[in-house]
Amino acid sequence: MSEVVKKFMYLNRKAPYGTIYAWESLEVVLIGAAFDQEVSLMFVDDGVYQLVKGQDTAGIGMKNFSPTYRTLGDYEVRYIYVDADSLAARGLTQDDLVAIAYEDMDTEEEIENIVEVVDAARVVELMDEADVVFSF
Amino acid sequence: MPIVVDGKTFETDEEGYLSNINDWVPGVAGVMAKEDDLELTEEHWDIINFLREYYEEYQIAPAVRVLTKAVGKKLGKDKGNSKYLYGLFPYGPAKQACRYAGLPKPTGCV
Amino acid sequence: MSILHTVNKSPFERNSLESCLKFASAGSAVLLIEDGVYAALAGSSAESLVKSGLDKVSVYVLGPDLKARGFREDRLIDGIQVVDYAGFVDLATEHDKLQAWL
Repeated sequence: MSEVVKKFMYLNRKAPYGTIYAWESLEVVLIGAAFDQEVSLMFVDDGVYQLVKGQDTAGIGMKNFSPTYRTLGDYEVRYIYVDADSLAARGLTQDDLVAIAYEDMDTEEEIENIVEVVDAARVVELMDEADVVFSF
Repeated sequence: MPIVVDGKTFETDEEGYLSNINDWVPGVAGVMAKEDDLELTEEHWDIINFLREYYEEYQIAPAVRVLTKAVGKKLGKDKGNSKYLYGLFPYGPAKQACRYAGLPKPTGCV
Repeated sequence: MSILHTVNKSPFERNSLESCLKFASAGSAVLLIEDGVYAALAGSSAESLVKSGLDKVSVYVLGPDLKARGFREDRLIDGIQVVDYAGFVDLATEHDKLQAWL
């Protein structure tokens, strides 16, 4: 029996900490990683704030889950997209975001950063291509 | 059930994981291992320390697949396989070693 | 009657800040907290809204919430002041009323 690999996209639209959505999404991604599907994460709107580097939650008494995004490559998340317009509207650039590395298990090919800023047309395409979109 | 290490009491959850990761001292691993009838060797400590470093960096207890891969990268291919890791931690390298290391139960473990 | 207004929503997701600035009387204070702190950052599409607000009210941002989200004070719009929790309390006591925009 051949394995059917589906394209799962996790769509993230909320800022971290203010609501539970960002953390819930991340947990579901980590748990779902065991199912050998092609997983991508899409960050649009306030979701782009999830990837901002240098987060330090010591002062607000909440868990800082920002470092956990950097392990997504280990969980075989291969594609991480950020909507360029959302970034620009918030005065941010890719330099403000964390880098997430990925290593291909079979080829041992290493990619330093899989975080990719894409334009709206590409977001449209990627959403169309996905078999399932999980919204957070 | 709380565990006692050198006369100090540590709170744990219902599955025996430390309630507060910051409470951890190396003696915690020793006491937990003793309850499991396991003697901790240098090889066990390599994994426990590795897990603590991993948590420090990523704020997460890795799933067993991720642990295996990461151990292979850091400590060598001969250690980065499930046979070796299950040999050390028969109750499951991620679950058991994370518990000894004071980490929460790995995300995705049931 | 002086009022301290708090806004805890992102300006890109809700119009809490916009309404707050519209209805806040001249001379009152607006404190951005939680996801509201994103409005304090320079270079965003909310900057003109905040700048027009600064003509009328004092704008503060809660430092720990800003830091948690990965931003330092050098990213703020000029004229916005950073306060810590003690500063929040001071602001609350200096004003007659506190009004939250959720």
